[in-house]
Amino acid sequence: MKDLTFETLIAVFEEMFGRGLFWTMVVAAVVITLAYIYVLIRDRAVSWRKFLWAQLSMPLGAIAAVLFVQKVTRSGFADIGGPIDVIVLLGVAVAGAVGLAVLVYTAESLIWPKSETED
Amino acid sequence: MSHDLPNDTGRRRFLGLAAGAGALAAAGLPGQSNAQVATKAKIVILGAGAAGTTLANRLVQRLDGAQITVVDGSKQHWYQPGFSLIAAGLKPQDYSVSRTDEWLPAGVTLKPENAAAIDPEARTVDLQSGETLSYDYLVVATGLVLDHDAIDGFSLDMVGENGIGALYAGPDYAARTWKAASKFIDEGGDGLFTRPATEMKCAGAPLKHTFLLDDLARKAGTRDKSHFTYAAPQQSLFGVPIVAEKVRMLFDQRKIGTGMQETLKSIEPGAKRAVFDTADGTVERAYDYIHVIPPQRAPEAVRQSGLSWADKWVDQGWVEVDKHSLRHRRYPEVFAVGDVAGVPKGKTAASVKWQVPVVEEHLVAQIAGDTTDASYNGYTSCPMITQVGRAMLIEFDYNNDLVPSFPGIIAPLQELWISWLMKEVALKPTYNAMLRGKA
Repeated sequence: MKDLTFETLIAVFEEMFGRGLFWTMVVAAVVITLAYIYVLIRDRAVSWRKFLWAQLSMPLGAIAAVLFVQKVTRSGFADIGGPIDVIVLLGVAVAGAVGLAVLVYTAESLIWPKSETED
Repeated sequence: MSHDLPNDTGRRRFLGLAAGAGALAAAGLPGQSNAQVATKAKIVILGAGAAGTTLANRLVQRLDGAQITVVDGSKQHWYQPGFSLIAAGLKPQDYSVSRTDEWLPAGVTLKPENAAAIDPEARTVDLQSGETLSYDYLVVATGLVLDHDAIDGFSLDMVGENGIGALYAGPDYAARTWKAASKFIDEGGDGLFTRPATEMKCAGAPLKHTFLLDDLARKAGTRDKSHFTYAAPQQSLFGVPIVAEKVRMLFDQRKIGTGMQETLKSIEPGAKRAVFDTADGTVERAYDYIHVIPPQRAPEAVRQSGLSWADKWVDQGWVEVDKHSLRHRRYPEVFAVGDVAGVPKGKTAASVKWQVPVVEEHLVAQIAGDTTDASYNGYTSCPMITQVGRAMLIEFDYNNDLVPSFPGIIAPLQELWISWLMKEVALKPTYNAMLRGKA
């Protein structure tokens, strides 16, 4: 790629999803991340009970992310052709797993701010 | 959020983090690049395809006060890299269609007609309406024309019926090609995949169409009923030797036969026979499906203008430009970019992406009374689809050197899922960003 700058990447992502959807997704990701940091700071501790649920959701997030990418790109596991493909596949899975875990943990913390069984 | 914060320290920290994130986002925002050059120059760009549109969008950012006129008679802008996908039933016809005027920047005048004549001595362009435009600088970005009449017995209205495909002719013809191709996939028979003897746009596309139909037939379980032959005038399957060898190996694996140094001359749609010229006379081949790619040439107005090479590609008329600066060799105020440029490689959108900034630099430098060493090295790229779900990201230059964008990470001669993902997901957005002058 020539001039693969941050600006180019933003322009490409805007074209990929449409400007409105792309920035909505960026804002959603930022809000969820900030909310996650917020609950961590607020609670001053990781709630292991909530974290357990977050962890249990990770395989689901991983599988969902991989299937989603395969579905929108009309491809499947049989198309894996080399090491970089395995890395990309794992990257998609990890992103899905971490993303869902953060979402689940944050949602739990916001809905049930203080778990009665904790502390 | 109305949850109670534990205390004020927590709130301040949270807000501090938020502010930090905001500052990061602000720092990452794109800034203004080069300062504008003030000029009253009259610049005429012939063509609002990939090259003309991209250049127009970049020039308005670089020049202040220039009169930029874009000349193009087509209302539709076509995303041509999508044609192969449409012709394999992977994308709908409208995937490649947008409006020409929606991509052009404010401050540029669009003449919705084509050039009828170019006079590089008088520095004028005559339009089909009879209007004459004078220019200080001319950029020829007309693209090329498909010479369907050169194939005896063939006409575009046949596409989609009786096993005839021709995906280059446009999104509608690509969709009709899929109609004929899908019938061939279902019913089997002899499939003939051709290529012209002239220079052509995206020389990988004839191979992609072959690979895709082979893969779709395999997945439909009908491949055993069909026989694939790739017939081309060239001696090898691809212009870059190392890639040609790889394609040869893939053809062997997939049982795709070849007829090299065979030039499609005519078809008999009733009898479903095609006639090829070879060094030893003509060869006839029967087909149940034939993919026709006609000879390709510069538009008539360009060929009659005296801007073409006199000693190269004489039957094709590509514009005589220096292959590194894309400036005309006899008229220094004339440039050619995109398919119509008479350079040894690169009639692809990827070439356009590399060529346009070079023309932009030379044009802006010339207007400012300056020079530049901006140079086009022949870079082009071909995401060679080898099956639905896999492609090879082949990039090369004038020397036939492979010039991978991601060396050591994405192997150019390996059939990879990631290369397919790029073609499927990232290519059109990158193309659109390019049109807007942002990539």
